Amino acid sequence: MLGKLSLSAIPLDVPILVGTFLGVAVIGLAVLGAVTYYGKWGYLWRDWLTTVDHKRLAVMYIILAIVMLFRGFADAIMMRTQLALAYKGNPGYLPPHHYDQIFSAHGTIMIFFMAMAFMTGLMNLVVPLQIGARDVAFPFLNSLSFYMTLVGALLINISLFIGEFAQCGWLVYPPLSEMQFSPGVGVDYYIWAVQISGVGTLLTGVNFFTTIVKMRAPGMGWMQMPVFTWTAFCTTVLIMVSFPVLTVTLALLSLDRYLGMHFFTNDAGGNVMLYLSMIWTWGHPEVYILVIPAFGVFSEVTATFSQKPLFGYKTMVYATCSIMVLSFVVWVHHFFTMGAGANVNTFFGIMTMIIAVPTGVKIFNWLFTMYKGRVEFTAPMHWTLGFMITFSIGGMTGVMMAMPAADWILHNSLFLIAHFHNVIIGGVYFGYIAGMGFWFPKAFGFKLNEAWGKRAFWCWFVGFYLAFIPLYVLGLEGMTRRMNHYDNPDWYPWMLVAEVGAIVIACGIVCQLTQLYVSIRDRNLPENLDLTGDPWNGRTLEWSISSPPPAYNFAVIPDIHGLDTFHTEKQLGLKAHGKPLAPIHMPKNTSAGVFIGLFSFILGFASIWYIWWLAAIGLIGIVATMILRSADRDVDYYVPVSEIEHNEEVYSRRIAAAQAAE
Amino acid sequence: MTQAPTTTMTGDSHGSYPSYLIGFVLAVILTVASFAAVMSHALSPGMALAALTVLAVVQIVVHLVFFLHMNTSTEQSWNLMCFIFAAASVIVIIGGTIFIMHDTAINMMSR
Repeated sequence: MLGKLSLSAIPLDVPILVGTFLGVAVIGLAVLGAVTYYGKWGYLWRDWLTTVDHKRLAVMYIILAIVMLFRGFADAIMMRTQLALAYKGNPGYLPPHHYDQIFSAHGTIMIFFMAMAFMTGLMNLVVPLQIGARDVAFPFLNSLSFYMTLVGALLINISLFIGEFAQCGWLVYPPLSEMQFSPGVGVDYYIWAVQISGVGTLLTGVNFFTTIVKMRAPGMGWMQMPVFTWTAFCTTVLIMVSFPVLTVTLALLSLDRYLGMHFFTNDAGGNVMLYLSMIWTWGHPEVYILVIPAFGVFSEVTATFSQKPLFGYKTMVYATCSIMVLSFVVWVHHFFTMGAGANVNTFFGIMTMIIAVPTGVKIFNWLFTMYKGRVEFTAPMHWTLGFMITFSIGGMTGVMMAMPAADWILHNSLFLIAHFHNVIIGGVYFGYIAGMGFWFPKAFGFKLNEAWGKRAFWCWFVGFYLAFIPLYVLGLEGMTRRMNHYDNPDWYPWMLVAEVGAIVIACGIVCQLTQLYVSIRDRNLPENLDLTGDPWNGRTLEWSISSPPPAYNFAVIPDIHGLDTFHTEKQLGLKAHGKPLAPIHMPKNTSAGVFIGLFSFILGFASIWYIWWLAAIGLIGIVATMILRSADRDVDYYVPVSEIEHNEEVYSRRIAAAQAAE
Repeated sequence: MTQAPTTTMTGDSHGSYPSYLIGFVLAVILTVASFAAVMSHALSPGMALAALTVLAVVQIVVHLVFFLHMNTSTEQSWNLMCFIFAAASVIVIIGGTIFIMHDTAINMMSR
């Protein structure tokens, strides 16, 4: 009746997990209790959970990303602490079975549910506003994508308390992930969590590609698109090409596990090496899916806070596109040691090194944007400068490892771990946090606290170097990744330094939480309020409307005459659009996304535990909800002119108040 | 949600009677030629395979142009671009995988 599920699946014998469960349960009950106490369920359901508004979905994505950051970081600091202890006679506090789950979960959560969710959140918030659109092309699909991501995140976190997680790394390489060697439910949790969230990501890719191609404001040609939108566009292209590969690869692995097939098994004609090639065909573009939008954030931040147009807009666009194409022909550098010949390794090694060229172009563009600019050292600018330094170092170690000969020494060592954290923390994470600080006033109407933002930056920046430079050294000294215990006395001091670094990063996260708390507390102070909708003297269209924007974003769709039209018109003192108002056609909220998400969760959970009757219910539920939604003709409404006029009037009064205050 | 699209709608062009007829005749010729290449035994097996490959690719192009109306006109430019994009992706992914796995198989004796 319950498949593999029984009471013994709940790890009551692991005190860390019991403690975590109690913590999560207390916080969860407190949140639910607070919502009930304040009577906010109706508000939550109507205005947030069933919303199709891209700005609200963006907020929910970013909240999910921040929660997942805590989970992923808790894993990280547990690993560092284990290695700071587990030297010589001390076995540390994490047994290998638990430790292996932690490093697998850390990677999976940070990439799929922290970084991807954060990236999608930023795209959701900014892209429609930057191109002068009223929503994305398919608003319902946008809501569905969010719920798919959320369900994946829920599944992976439930594995903490019911059953176990995979113990074979964040990409579950076979043959270790095959039934023969991983008979538990850990790999199944991985497969279902990643597959379900992968559907969401693919839908997001299609949705934003269509939005950018079809819904730009009149006059906005390709070369008048803001750089962040360009990077979002390149990312959607990469998503559309690479995520189907991930889906197929994991589907083949599931066939091996569930139906006893032999795609990647050791025997019966399976080929383990094909899995490596296929998973990295997705995996390498994936890291560019994450970092390319971060490049877009840096471009917007640098130009705005240097009070100058971006240096080399066109080269920036071409560089982004070349990176997009090149990122598709480099995947072998993740497995140079697998045994391909010199031809293959040389080709992919050279391609990898070439990527450094367009990336270098971008770095110089940002530097030249700042050159002779009036640079304002705000918190987003701090993250940007920290990125330029950190990412350059990470890029250089990357080019080192692009040499197959060097990679034979460095492969799977801590040098590699240091390298990719160097580019992912220094590039992706710094970028997203810069973006969050930059667009926060647009989403909520007040600014984030600068002082705490800068403190957070310094803790992250210093903590990053303390935590990861030792790993470079350890890698060169021959320490491999995913070790649970070691005896080498030379490694011990470096491991202690890395632990200190992790603690400093923890301080950075505390600063970020404090920043959020302080900013929300002081949101009504005049210096924090964003009355004009343009707190930074911005250049692109999102700053031309009120903060937070009305549901329909633009009362009148603006006409675009060139790059940074909004800024040019502001400089010339032109009053924007005197066009007459008209009723605005908007999508209605829908609960279909919530229900499809719920049934997907049931399908995933039941399949992990082999509860087939429940899986059937989940599948039927998904199809039925889809059919009901397709039959629903009542999906849109018109915003009346009177309401638009009212909103516009409120906005102009706020602008007048802001001018009076000056 | 609803606003004037910045590019024209795609996929609304339909072929004319002559274009369908030309396509049909070309498709028949190519099909017959494929069968002839094999059944006449005039070519060696290797050559026949090569000929079949070429004929099949041409057949695909004929179908795309005459039946699916893919051309370089502005209405069709997005369809054409999507097709080139898909073809390029498939070539990179499948071609790359074959390149890698073939080379690896030689070194690792995995076959």
